[in-house]
Amino acid sequence: MDWSSVLIDGLLATIGPITAAYAISAIGLNLQFGYAGLLNFGHVAFMLVGAYGMGIAVQFGAPLWLGVIVGILAAALLGLLLGIPTLRLRADYLAITTIAAAEAIRLLVRSSWAQPLTNGVFGIQGFADSFFALNPFPASKIYGIGSFVVTGRKLWVMIVGWALVALITLLVYRLIHSPWGRVLKAIREDEDATTSLGKNVFAYKLQALMIGGAIAGIAGILLAVEQQNVTPDAYLPKITFILYVIVILGGAGTILGPIVGAIAFQFMFFTIDALMVNAQSSIPWVGDLLTPAAAGQVKLVFVGIGMMLLMIFRPQGILGNREEVLIDER
Amino acid sequence: MSRRARFAWFWLAAITIVVMTPFASFAAGESIGGTLIQKLGDEKLPVEGVTVTVIQDGADVGSGESGADGKWQVPVDGAGVYQVRLETSTLPDGVALTDPEKGELSDVKVREGQAKKVIFPLGEGTVSTVSTYSRIGALFIAGLKLGAIIALSAVGLSLVFGVTGLVNFAHAEMVTLGAVAAYFFHGSPVGPQWPIVIAIIPAVLVGAGFGWLQERALWRPLRHRQTGLVAMMVVSIGLSFAARYLFLIFFGGEPRAYPDFAGQPPIHLLGISMVPKQLATIVVSLIVLAGVGLFLQRSRSGTAMRAVSDDPDLAESSGINVNRIILITWVLAGGLAALGGVLFGLNEAVQWDMGFKLLLLIFAAVVLGGLGTAYGAMVGGFVVGVAVEMSTLVFPNELKAAVGLAVLIIMLLIKPQGLLGSKERIG
Repeated sequence: MDWSSVLIDGLLATIGPITAAYAISAIGLNLQFGYAGLLNFGHVAFMLVGAYGMGIAVQFGAPLWLGVIVGILAAALLGLLLGIPTLRLRADYLAITTIAAAEAIRLLVRSSWAQPLTNGVFGIQGFADSFFALNPFPASKIYGIGSFVVTGRKLWVMIVGWALVALITLLVYRLIHSPWGRVLKAIREDEDATTSLGKNVFAYKLQALMIGGAIAGIAGILLAVEQQNVTPDAYLPKITFILYVIVILGGAGTILGPIVGAIAFQFMFFTIDALMVNAQSSIPWVGDLLTPAAAGQVKLVFVGIGMMLLMIFRPQGILGNREEVLIDER
Repeated sequence: MSRRARFAWFWLAAITIVVMTPFASFAAGESIGGTLIQKLGDEKLPVEGVTVTVIQDGADVGSGESGADGKWQVPVDGAGVYQVRLETSTLPDGVALTDPEKGELSDVKVREGQAKKVIFPLGEGTVSTVSTYSRIGALFIAGLKLGAIIALSAVGLSLVFGVTGLVNFAHAEMVTLGAVAAYFFHGSPVGPQWPIVIAIIPAVLVGAGFGWLQERALWRPLRHRQTGLVAMMVVSIGLSFAARYLFLIFFGGEPRAYPDFAGQPPIHLLGISMVPKQLATIVVSLIVLAGVGLFLQRSRSGTAMRAVSDDPDLAESSGINVNRIILITWVLAGGLAALGGVLFGLNEAVQWDMGFKLLLLIFAAVVLGGLGTAYGAMVGGFVVGVAVEMSTLVFPNELKAAVGLAVLIIMLLIKPQGLLGSKERIG
């Protein structure tokens, strides 16, 4: 096994645009789950709606910047639509509705019925030319040291992606340290006490769901722009669960948790994958037990197990404060 | 047993159950193929010399012609989604598609190493038109069948919610486990190959055993640690995710049908065409659900279950062993979900994510009937099943999930406690 190439591939993936997109989406989920205590099990739907909002708008002739705004607003609107029927009820109703909505929306978007708008399973392509036209780096030039290299095209997406991560983190920091953020944390700790202080708990929860959704929309747009492609099957339910692991791993309810979580998760995800694929081909009994395709799925089993073990044994993750995440009852 | 050892136990047992299922076999080199067969009554004739074209992203990938045995195959480059078109102009005289809209399949998914089979049903040159009456009738029967499956699966979810307050997102995987276990005892070459009617019994026992194991190894220790319900829901969704991908790894991505009763010919009753296994599914489900009702109303454990559901503290102080009742509930829920899974697999096919696909409809049923009420889940299951199938009269088939979601959201807006639920549960 060539350890150095595994390590370099892992590191490249870890600092790549996909990690940046996951970090952004995790910041949105952290606002909902970590700060407001909302169980949104359909987070990927917000990413899908953001990306499709942009793709469809550009397809109808809007410039890219307008498409991005449409996408973000569409993701926030989804938060409104899912929040109104559920946020007055127990926490489980939001969880049930969002997990159902995520799959239903994906199936709706890929159906032949929606094809005139979404182009069905084939998706929408080539909407981000104006973004790549702004790229100051020659697209096919190679940057880096030794075999640790990226193309100019990827470098451009990476720089924009991580700049967005920094910008959104700053925004969330300001939000959380404002009176609004303190009310949000108070709701997570004790909803009844907050209500009795005259705060409209429902409105705060709805705002958190919408803002978190809009942030996820940005992440979805970043993923779509990187691929120059929006297809429904890029937004599978598994992304939501990966994001939960990222948020809990990094530390739910902390500002830097989602970023630390995204980086740590991506590195482990790629390392486990490389290890499994290698073990499958070089260790006989593993090769007998698993086919090559199955070995590639083992990492997802670890995501699920990791989610359980983290929640049970270390719910505060890497950066969190145990006192703050004892999300009990409701 | 220490807590750590219990967790280790749990995973060991869970993995053993799944490892029993046959291993997936992936052949190298992806392709799309099939056999063109014309059905004339009971006679099946291969159709020769018909061209089939495979398209991806608007570009032709390749085409193939059916041989004397009706077989055709087109190699494709790697996994992906393809479009497959039967060139109807190359069909011989007197042969036509039984459904003219099925000449082009827009969404053929090929996994890595898969030799994907697709079917173009061919019949006589003329297409028989189906009257609206018989179409509605057939959809109603299909809806009852789907409702029977949803109701069986949903009752357990609702009962567990009632006694513990936990919405168990891993319930979907209990459905899949039942179907997969039945496949092992019935259809797998390494299993005992019992008839499916017999294989249902061990499958339900495996499901019930998994329910028992979950409660003893996971949920009871978590309750003793005073883990909050939100944290428990996150744990359950982690369990669901891990289990789902274990199914994918060891069962494979291919849908597989039970060999028994596959392709059962339809019968006609009152001018409505239906498959006998649909009727069997409905009858079995009704009998079992009636049994569950009797159990809840008449037996000591059932009454105790309702008492715990109403008020755990009061139940405990009146001498009910709450932990024992919760354990019985988990066993019952696991068995019912497994039965639902077997019936689902019998009518459609066994697949690694079948439970997750059903989960949306199970949730719609549970919310419609009232979260935590067993009878509500039964009623909700049938209503959702019929509503979803009947919706295909107006909406295309692909929008079934969206219809389920619409039912869920409308119910939450107008009567969030559900048809049979009580108000204090919800807020």
